[in-house]
Amino acid sequence: MPEVRVVNLTKKFGNIVALDDVNLTVRDKEYFALLGPSGCGKTTLLRLIAGLIEPDKGEIYIGGRRVDDVPPEDREIGFVFQTFALFPHMTAWENVNYGPRVKNFDLKAAGTIGHEVLELVKLHERLNAYPNELSGGMMQRIAVARALAAGAKTLLLDEPLGQLDAKVRNEIRYEMRRMAKDLNLTAIHVTHDQAEAMSISDRIAVMKKGKIVQVGTPQELYMNPNSLFVAHFIGESNFLEGSVADATNGKLVIELRGGVKVHAFGNGVEKGDRAIVVVRPEIFVVEREGNQGGNVLRGVVGKITFEGTFVRYVIKLESEDSVVVIKPSLTEKWFDVGASITLSFEPEKAHVFPYPEAGLMDEISV
Amino acid sequence: MYLAAVIVFLALILLPPIIGIFTKWNTLHQVFDQPPLMDRALIAVANSFVIALLVSALDVLAGVPMAWLITRGKSKWLNVLDTFADIPFIVPTAALGYSLLLFWNGPEGLSALFGGSLISTGWLLIMLLHFAFSYPIVVRVLVGALLDYKREYEQASRTLGAPPFIAARTVTFPILKPALIAAFILSFARSLSETGATFIVAGAFENGPVFLQNMKNEFSSGLVSQVAYEGATVFASLILIVTSLTIFALIRILGSRLRLPFNRVWPSIERKLSYSKAAMSRNSVTIIVFVAIVLLPSLFVALPAFQALFTNTFTNAISGSGVWGDYWQSLLLSYLLGAIVTLIGFIVGLPMAILIARKKFGKMPSTVLDILVNIPLIVPSIALGVSLKFFWQSFAFMPEFLLLVFAHLAITYPYFVRSMSAAFERISLDVEEAARTLGAKPFGVFRTIMLPLTKYSILSGAIMVFTRSVSETGATLAVVTNLQTAPVVIVNWVKILQNPTLVNTGITSSVVGLGCGILIVLSFIILLLLRFVTRGKGRY
Repeated sequence: MPEVRVVNLTKKFGNIVALDDVNLTVRDKEYFALLGPSGCGKTTLLRLIAGLIEPDKGEIYIGGRRVDDVPPEDREIGFVFQTFALFPHMTAWENVNYGPRVKNFDLKAAGTIGHEVLELVKLHERLNAYPNELSGGMMQRIAVARALAAGAKTLLLDEPLGQLDAKVRNEIRYEMRRMAKDLNLTAIHVTHDQAEAMSISDRIAVMKKGKIVQVGTPQELYMNPNSLFVAHFIGESNFLEGSVADATNGKLVIELRGGVKVHAFGNGVEKGDRAIVVVRPEIFVVEREGNQGGNVLRGVVGKITFEGTFVRYVIKLESEDSVVVIKPSLTEKWFDVGASITLSFEPEKAHVFPYPEAGLMDEISV
Repeated sequence: MYLAAVIVFLALILLPPIIGIFTKWNTLHQVFDQPPLMDRALIAVANSFVIALLVSALDVLAGVPMAWLITRGKSKWLNVLDTFADIPFIVPTAALGYSLLLFWNGPEGLSALFGGSLISTGWLLIMLLHFAFSYPIVVRVLVGALLDYKREYEQASRTLGAPPFIAARTVTFPILKPALIAAFILSFARSLSETGATFIVAGAFENGPVFLQNMKNEFSSGLVSQVAYEGATVFASLILIVTSLTIFALIRILGSRLRLPFNRVWPSIERKLSYSKAAMSRNSVTIIVFVAIVLLPSLFVALPAFQALFTNTFTNAISGSGVWGDYWQSLLLSYLLGAIVTLIGFIVGLPMAILIARKKFGKMPSTVLDILVNIPLIVPSIALGVSLKFFWQSFAFMPEFLLLVFAHLAITYPYFVRSMSAAFERISLDVEEAARTLGAKPFGVFRTIMLPLTKYSILSGAIMVFTRSVSETGATLAVVTNLQTAPVVIVNWVKILQNPTLVNTGITSSVVGLGCGILIVLSFIILLLLRFVTRGKGRY
């Protein structure tokens, strides 16, 4: 069954290392996202799996079969291109039927497959239209239908929603997952949009500069990022710089700028190290003047943005750090700009990482 | 200014040949009264079309794998191959014709291996010649199209299960069909037009241009009367022009409807054609065809030219004694003519290019102008020259040199306008409008935005016009009586060489060889210049 596995995969373009010794296993029937900023190597990895480019080093397995030397047409994959790459000289129906035709399927069976697939993508009108007569959403559906009609059990999607406008994109992304699940496919979906990856994937690999930084379910990545980069790239995070005042058995005391001490848990740092405390914006409890005990930071409300369901505050701390706090807009008290407040957070909900050698901005930059 | 450009185009380029033909309308009955002459003209013209059709089809067939190899191959030698493929385009066809004659027919060439002439002069040699000089055009057009082509279509086809051969046949080439048609048309037009070299290798065989040239010679040696000569010339030119226009219109209309036969696929057979063994043998055949039929014959004249360097032929040539005086004069004339034609072409062509690219007069007029501008490209140049001559003849004060300038202008005009209007079309209108909103006046926009962005196209267009003018023989032979350009001198020399009744003319095979050699070396310098100039093209 189509488990996809790559071992020590490396690809260079000239002097640029696009993919640096990557190992990854995508499980059978999994909806898997490759997530990362542009230039991180995610599309290169996908194209290597498809056989559109050749690796410099490493091995690729699809369904247990080693496919490094197998041309793309024999890898039993379906590929959806960012630009769709619908053949402009063929109608929508001819596009969908292309795979079965060149694979020498029985023509009658090919027709049946085509119709079943079109049923699945909910597109049965305009089959005689040429691609330039179709809307972006329709072209996307035809592109997916075409990839499915060839009968592949592994679906590779290269930013399949990138060309669509926001509204259509949000609708179609759930359909992608539903289709993959209905057909028991293994799907690998490349995207730079973390919200897209989070909402439809079983698991996600976060990539940066040709390497995989972390692999996990959306919850794992959000709750337990293994690096500042993942904490920054998945969801939103506040970074508070400080130094480790005490570290015993993973219980840490961090002295932030301005002398405030906070408690947290973590194993990566020792006493005397520079460190960064990561706190998600929704973790903070906001109160007017008063001391709630535990980790308390004082500050002034600098800016308020009303976002409908949520309110976003930017709080200027006494230490001159700025932090973002997000609160539900209807169930919480409101604070005005200029109000003095205290923020508190539970030690076990924060994460501590050593201060990166190259500097914070460099570490989290995309 | 744009109106002026249109008027100049109509007055100098489009209308004179048309009017020229009609002034001699009354001589046509001469042909109808002489059935043998009419048959001869008709057969000659028919030969032209049959040869052009066959040669163009073969050229496209041979050019496709070559263009594929150049754009898709991985070897670093492909760049060299790419440059070599341009050679027959740059070498003036008259020199090319002599070179092929030596290679296939002369005692020093391939024939030496077989004893006697391998291929005698006539239609087969003409086909080999036309195949060789059309080959680079076809390859150039297809390479450009393949480089512009979005590889994703082909990759999509591969991921859907198509082996490379099926992917190319069902996806890539159907999408590139316009380029295939363009390559065919250009090759076809060039084959119809070529006169000088064809005349050299034709022997007793006649196609359209050779017939026209023979008529002219027979008239000047008193074999036919003036009215018969003019009648036959008008008749043949008219058929050539009308038929070629009809064929091109047909190709344009039917071309877009024509679907390449992609509906059936034969996966098992075509798989075998896709992978290394088949690709290897395909590439080998491609290179062998190129080297044996195009490259070697084209450059074969370098051998006698090189040998001539060590004989007194070379010292005679340097000192300009004997026939060489004429040669150097003709060479000077050729390059002077080329320079003047390029300059005038630039001045009158640039506004026209902008007019067409930017649709200054609206959509319809621009399309009409675009088609009109291309007409001289597809009309056989000797027919164009003949009609031009008939027109300007009525102005007694017309110096022959000016006549040459007009003829060459008419022939080269489309090249410059085409490449320039394509270049202007590539510049987004937004860029131009941005400059306007920033305060630039229309001429300022042209000077600071359009010109810098298109300077490579202007230069390469100018070099193309220059090269075309220097190697042009058909129209030149048609309009001149006394002046001789370099290719015309070569043609005349070869004809003298081929005529056993003429002796002690001072023209030997080593003289002709050296004459061709000098032309080729100069052309190479231009080729290198072209490469050098267009190298920076990717920068914008």
